[in-house]
Amino acid sequence: MAAPLYMPCIKCGLCLSVCPTYQLTQEELESPRGRVQLIAAVDRGVVPLDAPEVDQTLFDCLDCRACEVACPSGVPIGELIETGRAQVTAQQAEHGQLSAGSRLVRFVLRHLFPYPQRLERTARALRWMQRLGLIRFADKVGLLRLFPAGWAEMARALPQIPSKSGRSQLVLPDDSKTSLPTSEAIKGTAALFLGCILDVIFPQANLSSAHVLAHNGWNVCVPADQRCCGALAIHAGDREAARALARRNIDAFLASGADTIVTDAGGCGAALLEYPQLLADDPAYAQKAQDFASRVQDIAEVLVQNGFEKPAAALPMRVTYQESCHLHNVMHVISAPRQLLDSIDGLEIREMPDAARCCGSAGIYNLTHPQLAEPLLARKMADVPSDVDAIVTGNPGCWLQLLHGVQAYGPSCAVTHTVCLLDAAYNREVRS
Amino acid sequence: MPDERRLPADLIHALEEIVGARFVRTTIEERALYAYDATIRRSLPDAVVRPKTTQEIAALLPICGAHHIPVVPRGAASGLSGGSVPLRGGIALDLTRMDAILEISPQDLLAVAQAGVNTQRFADAVAAQGLFFPPDPSSALASTLGGNAAENAGGPHAFKYGVFRDYVLGLTVVTADGRILHTGGRTVKNVSGYDLTRLFVGSEGTLGVITELTLKLIPKPQAKRTLLTAYDRIEDAAETVSAIIAAGMQPAALEFLDDASMRVVESYLHLGLPVDAQALLLLEVDGPAVAVTEQAEALIALCRTHHSREVEVAQTPQQAEQLWRARKSISSAVARIKPSKISEDATVPPSKLPEMVHRLQEIGRKYEVDLVIFGHAGDGNLHPNIMCDERDAQEMTRVWQAVAEIFATTLDLGGTLSGEHGIGYMKAPFMAWEHAPAELDAMRAVKRAFDPLSILNPGKLFPEDVPPWPVPLPTYPRTPPSA
Ligand SMILES: Cc1cc2nc3c(=O)[nH]c(=O)nc-3n(C[C@H](O)[C@H](O)[C@H](O)COP(=O)(O)OP(=O)(O)OC[C@H]3O[C@@H](n4cnc5c(N)ncnc54)[C@H](O)[C@@H]3O)c2cc1C
Ligand code: SF4
Ligand code: SF4
Repeated sequence: MAAPLYMPCIKCGLCLSVCPTYQLTQEELESPRGRVQLIAAVDRGVVPLDAPEVDQTLFDCLDCRACEVACPSGVPIGELIETGRAQVTAQQAEHGQLSAGSRLVRFVLRHLFPYPQRLERTARALRWMQRLGLIRFADKVGLLRLFPAGWAEMARALPQIPSKSGRSQLVLPDDSKTSLPTSEAIKGTAALFLGCILDVIFPQANLSSAHVLAHNGWNVCVPADQRCCGALAIHAGDREAARALARRNIDAFLASGADTIVTDAGGCGAALLEYPQLLADDPAYAQKAQDFASRVQDIAEVLVQNGFEKPAAALPMRVTYQESCHLHNVMHVISAPRQLLDSIDGLEIREMPDAARCCGSAGIYNLTHPQLAEPLLARKMADVPSDVDAIVTGNPGCWLQLLHGVQAYGPSCAVTHTVCLLDAAYNREVRS
Repeated sequence: MPDERRLPADLIHALEEIVGARFVRTTIEERALYAYDATIRRSLPDAVVRPKTTQEIAALLPICGAHHIPVVPRGAASGLSGGSVPLRGGIALDLTRMDAILEISPQDLLAVAQAGVNTQRFADAVAAQGLFFPPDPSSALASTLGGNAAENAGGPHAFKYGVFRDYVLGLTVVTADGRILHTGGRTVKNVSGYDLTRLFVGSEGTLGVITELTLKLIPKPQAKRTLLTAYDRIEDAAETVSAIIAAGMQPAALEFLDDASMRVVESYLHLGLPVDAQALLLLEVDGPAVAVTEQAEALIALCRTHHSREVEVAQTPQQAEQLWRARKSISSAVARIKPSKISEDATVPPSKLPEMVHRLQEIGRKYEVDLVIFGHAGDGNLHPNIMCDERDAQEMTRVWQAVAEIFATTLDLGGTLSGEHGIGYMKAPFMAWEHAPAELDAMRAVKRAFDPLSILNPGKLFPEDVPPWPVPLPTYPRTPPSA
């Protein structure tokens, strides 16, 4: 008799105080224990699956996974919530009850994010709109207000979209090594995972990762056939779409032969690590998924574990480090990014309180749940020390949210990625 | 779970008038989230009510009384005896919106807080002022001060510093008729009339609703040191505990973990605990810096004479914190062994600890149940937890039999059914084993005095009208085997 996944939840409540949505609302329904127990109640037939509260408890969750770290019993809360979402959306789709918002999200996730070329075209269009001032214009004449609240905020926060994505600069036609080591000692081959939309908005993260890896003795390859990691689809309850992406990525990366698969996005990395769970019932891929996941590592950990060169040049600045939830709670990468930052002379880290608390980005949560994401962001920004030059993070999703945070709440400072700073320090050294 | 009960519309309406419609919930979905605490039984309330003030509670209790509707106070529902499970339906009175810390006074060494304040948040706020609030139940990250008072919670530091009761100077309580009582005051010494404060502490929500607490604080100890040591024989660990107490030493905490509890917490936190050992002791000493070093050395020597392995001393506050996190996780981490847990709280005089540990192990073997032992060894307060699968009827029969035998053994050794988790519904069937009819009658008289209609948390504490024990109960005291 296999026990249902919720059963080891002994209802101790130790997960409540770390949950951002509980902190905000003080409602059991918005707490991890409440979520797990409502799922249990549905399973036991006490509560109907189509109850609005079930939708609320499942979809209001940030999927930040802080509760999993806090739960001594090891309840797989994330998996419970994600599969719960899949059940709810499947039922809603069956009854034609998907909301307009969910349908839009589903469309974007199924028809835009998985296709690099479509993404690039969209990005190009956006870039031109920005250059022609169309977004600012739309904002001025009130057109942005036609969009749901979260979307308008994000459109405003969007940085100037660069002309080239990381993919277009890094992928070589025959999957040959993109960046070759600049030092003699070769550490191995690292296959870089690019991600989807954020490679278009923040290509510098992937470019820096490639440079920094090569600088530290890695052969870097960037498999051309890789796709979006599927995390956003999983969050939205579309596990089928996510499985298709996962199979594709597994094939692309295993074919590359690289023994290390490197990500620089905590959100993507966590999803890749959980492919075995996603594909557990797929006989053709279950084993491959294990193999794949065992090679996945965050860039900071790859560098710290295998040795990295301390930059010779100083980068005098004050920064604070915002932990990506998935990097912290799922990948358990906590000290490595700080060690990288700490290695840079002149760079001072000013820790903020509760740095691992979600900033409200949570994939596309800021678009779908602005009423919760905004107060979370406001709290986060209030915790940022007022005198820092930059907020550093390890996940481009947080990057975008924090840019919006800086604009909306201050303090005025830059936002960047850990590897971008390390790369900058190395570059300085070359120049000087 | 049957879902036929419905509250009269005029009652719902009245409640909504008092606390606001937003804070009265009657949907099955919301009620399902108030059907549980950290024990295994679930029972749906008919409504969830979330008041914000003492006055609101004073207004709603008489109305519920007039309708004969049960009211079950609920803090964080982290209880381990089933106190906040609404066995008879009625109203789950959620106190977590009353979460204001009203005063912290270094001059008077006291603090005033509302009942729904989270225990850890309170301890942290007090510590930020350089003061110390010793009661530290392992559930502090979850529990509320009101729930702590209602259960008279303990914790690791109770050994040296005493339990929750010892820190309550005064309470604001609403009784069933809606009257507001202010018991005690702002002084440590207070002999003005009956000690109502102590009566409400540990009353498990059956006498009144605690809404505000005046709590005693003490200065923070100058220094502390946290020690961890492992044993190859569980008996040696238990003997060490008795020896420490017999030697008149007073560590701030003296915690015991058996091998199974150590292994589950290791698989949660990966601290590198010596999982091949049979038992661990986690000790803490505090006080003036010089004294702490001396005490630690004496303790280490004593552990060594009782065949402990090397005694490790936490080198940094972070290390000490990790060790405490490990200890405080056990009660939940044991669910990694099997998904259901029956948590007991048997407490014996400290000299009987080695024997109790031994007898518990025997009980585990006799009934073939997964029995894990950890607890606050210093005050003889062990937490034998039986890990099981509530869907397995056969196993559960053995579990319930084992539990009854644990109680009998505890009482045989001069102990008590509960050291700190309370009676609730889980231990109520055994109350007559520990208390003579005259004692139970005295308790019933108190109950009638404050709650004549018996609307406050019915089905708890008293052996009558509780859900029957799932297996036939033996008689107690046990009839001696005929010679
Ligand atoms: C992992 C874990 C570890 C634990 N460790 C310890 C420990 O070390 N020491 C210890 O003593 N306990 C421990 N407990 C048990 C439990 O946490 C305590 O009993 C705690 O005091 C309960 O607080 P609560 O706020 O969760 O109350 P609840 O569980 O909600 O309620 C407990 C009882 O108090 C009543 N009540 C709650 N609030 C009020 C109020 N304001 N007025 C009147 N009655 C009220 C309820 O009706 C119920 O009878 C632990 C529990 C868990 C799950
Ligand atoms: S910490 Fe784990 S076991 Fe405890 S209530 Fe939360 S999910 Fe359940
Ligand atoms: S994942 Fe985050 S938001 Fe969701 S229940 Fe867990 S802690 Fe709360």
